[in-house]
Amino acid sequence: MKADPAGVLTGSHYLDGDFACGEGAMAAGCRFVAGYPITPSTEVVERISRRFPMLGGTFIQMEDELASMAAVVGAAWTGSKTMTVTSGPGFSLMMENIGLAAMMETPCVVVNVQRGGPSTGLPTMVGQGDVMQARWGSHGDYEVIALSPQSPQEAFDLTIDAFNLAEIYRVPVMFLMDECVGHMTEKVVIPEAEAIEIEPRRLTEKSPESFDPYQVEEGQLPEFARAGDGYRFHTTGLTHDEHGYPEMSVECQEVNVSRLVGKIRDNAESIVRFEEEGVEDADVVVVSYGITARVARLAVEEARSQGLKVGFLRLVVIWPFPEKRIRELAGSVGAFVVPEINYGQIALEVERAAAGQAVTWPVHHAGGAVHSPDAITEIIVKAAV
Amino acid sequence: MTVSTNPTVGQEVEHPSAPLLRMERIPHVWCPSCGIGTVVKCYATALERSGVDLDKVSVVSGIGCSGRVAGYLKLDGFHTTHGRAIPFATGLKLGRPELLVTVISGDGDLVGIGGNHFIHAARRNLDLLVILINNFIYGMTGGQNAPTTPQGAKSSTMPFGNFETPFNLPHLAASSGASYVARWTCLHIRRLTWSIEEAIGKKGFRFIEAVAPCPTLYARLNKLGSGLDAMRFYHDTAEIRNGADTREVDVSFQSPIICGKFVDEERPTFLDLMHEHYSKQLGDRYVPMPPEGGMLHER
Amino acid sequence: MRYWRDPLDAGQIEAPGGDVHILADRCKGCAFCVEYCPRQVLEMSPTFNRKGYHPPEIVDIQACVNCGLCEMICPEFAIFCIELGDSGGNPAGVSALAGAEAGEVRP
Repeated sequence: MKADPAGVLTGSHYLDGDFACGEGAMAAGCRFVAGYPITPSTEVVERISRRFPMLGGTFIQMEDELASMAAVVGAAWTGSKTMTVTSGPGFSLMMENIGLAAMMETPCVVVNVQRGGPSTGLPTMVGQGDVMQARWGSHGDYEVIALSPQSPQEAFDLTIDAFNLAEIYRVPVMFLMDECVGHMTEKVVIPEAEAIEIEPRRLTEKSPESFDPYQVEEGQLPEFARAGDGYRFHTTGLTHDEHGYPEMSVECQEVNVSRLVGKIRDNAESIVRFEEEGVEDADVVVVSYGITARVARLAVEEARSQGLKVGFLRLVVIWPFPEKRIRELAGSVGAFVVPEINYGQIALEVERAAAGQAVTWPVHHAGGAVHSPDAITEIIVKAAV
Repeated sequence: MTVSTNPTVGQEVEHPSAPLLRMERIPHVWCPSCGIGTVVKCYATALERSGVDLDKVSVVSGIGCSGRVAGYLKLDGFHTTHGRAIPFATGLKLGRPELLVTVISGDGDLVGIGGNHFIHAARRNLDLLVILINNFIYGMTGGQNAPTTPQGAKSSTMPFGNFETPFNLPHLAASSGASYVARWTCLHIRRLTWSIEEAIGKKGFRFIEAVAPCPTLYARLNKLGSGLDAMRFYHDTAEIRNGADTREVDVSFQSPIICGKFVDEERPTFLDLMHEHYSKQLGDRYVPMPPEGGMLHER
Repeated sequence: MRYWRDPLDAGQIEAPGGDVHILADRCKGCAFCVEYCPRQVLEMSPTFNRKGYHPPEIVDIQACVNCGLCEMICPEFAIFCIELGDSGGNPAGVSALAGAEAGEVRP
């Protein structure tokens, strides 16, 4: 369906990434946000708290991130599109209820504007160190989707995609911005509401008597029922059967976990998204995401001007990781260079997917600033040897 | 047999609370002479008598023995993470304001790990009915010390007796801002049912502490007998003091339990305050979320 | 319950009668109903139910006034009563049958 014009601030704006993300959420139809202030994400909710009262949305600043995530999951069960916003320390706190959202198969969006870590780290300075945590942060087996914008414009566009993916796959979607993109101000063009496609909540059409919250047809996902519509359903964080009742058995666990993991893994090809350029005859491919991609482009251009055949691949969807594409490329390139503002996280995935066919050169940065293009070019040159 | 045959009329008669229970899951998991089942019966009865639209009632529980309550009631039920029943319920209520949201959970869940959420929800006077089943211990996990365990009582993590000062729950609720505060034991079935029914008809943060026996852990570890012995104890020592000062209703080991309705005030709820404030500040520009919630519909 | 004198309207008031139904297999033998029935209608039965608990049995159905306390206090949803006016019939007959039902011997 089309976006609700009330939430779409059509026009050309000069916005920072945080504000653009907030606008994206409102355009996507998000009408409930529970959050807790944490630098550098706070501007997202500040924007939302200012606009929501005019949109029929409710924003509540909860007492901590644990409560914020719990409220986001609760509100999602009323049929609303819901979101919370945080950074590293809050992301760690939210893991408990991200697990609950994954287990209950609740669509919602969690925005993490990453900063230097670990622990309190560098509150006002950039980091990309939460990438693995986005995938593995909560305990147990489950899969999530994670996106990474490289600009305020993408912070707007990809937030809408995040909400849509959450609805399609009934999964919490991690929106991994970083402090640079969040606090960078650029032109953001917001289209007409008519031009924005929104995935609606997939409500069941069954009657309450014949509805089971986790009954699935082959290859499909369970249908949703809203609290208050008379379905009298039950759902739990315990391993549950198709009725939503707790069931402690090996068989039930297998059914549950295989669906939670399978729904993303089996559909990975439809979900992965990346941008590539110049990889066809490349000797070295630079794999990057977020703000680092913008620096990496410069490094790639510099390396090319030195005569090297360098390709550029930017991850838009980080999880699920495009291992098929990396494996393909590994067959033809000699090396991957993976600059990230962390001590090697996606580099591990690249290395794994390359399966020994190409060498992976990580370009570490502990956090606090972006790479200098020279630091990346230097590694590209080494990798090309 | 789960259905009794009325010998006189010859028809099968089911328990009157059956329409509100998930009968396929009865008998429930709670121990013999545990008081949680009694609280559930009182809640179910109160709901029926109140006449509210049961389709709009949502029950949220946390983790623990009392946390299993949501799984036995035939209402929209949510068995959530430990301590987070109240914020989850907040999301439900604010996401669809017409819902009547009840939180039913235990002492460790609601004021231990959930303590922060408890006091803030009370402070905000969020429109939630919170029934805290207090058995003075963490039952499900094997009898550990709880924030409500009286001094001197033994538990699995305080094997020599608890030396910490416990919470006085009605006082905690009242001083945090709850607009309805009551405490009853599982013996006071009629007053508990009436209190729940009364609270269902009100708005704001309504807190009812239901003291329940825990025969398998609390009573056994402290050699207090069975649930029946606990009920006899409530019978012999509980005092009803409606309107008592909540500062004076703390519980010590095997001391008289002061029961009653302590606080009953009409105060604007979170949503009342929000609507009033935004209407004043923003006038016609304010678009409140409709009672049926903020779900996006096809236009 | 013992009175120190007969209530003045004892002649005009007719106490209701109750038909107690015990769902014996649900019972976990807590004895709350036996202890707190104000009319001593119930006793713990020496028989076992399928789970090995002793359910209550009716010993004096005539005394039941359908106060509903047993129904309210039972944590297991294993006992309830119906006012005799609804079911009609001979209270003595109900007592005999209900008593027999609850007293069935289970292996």
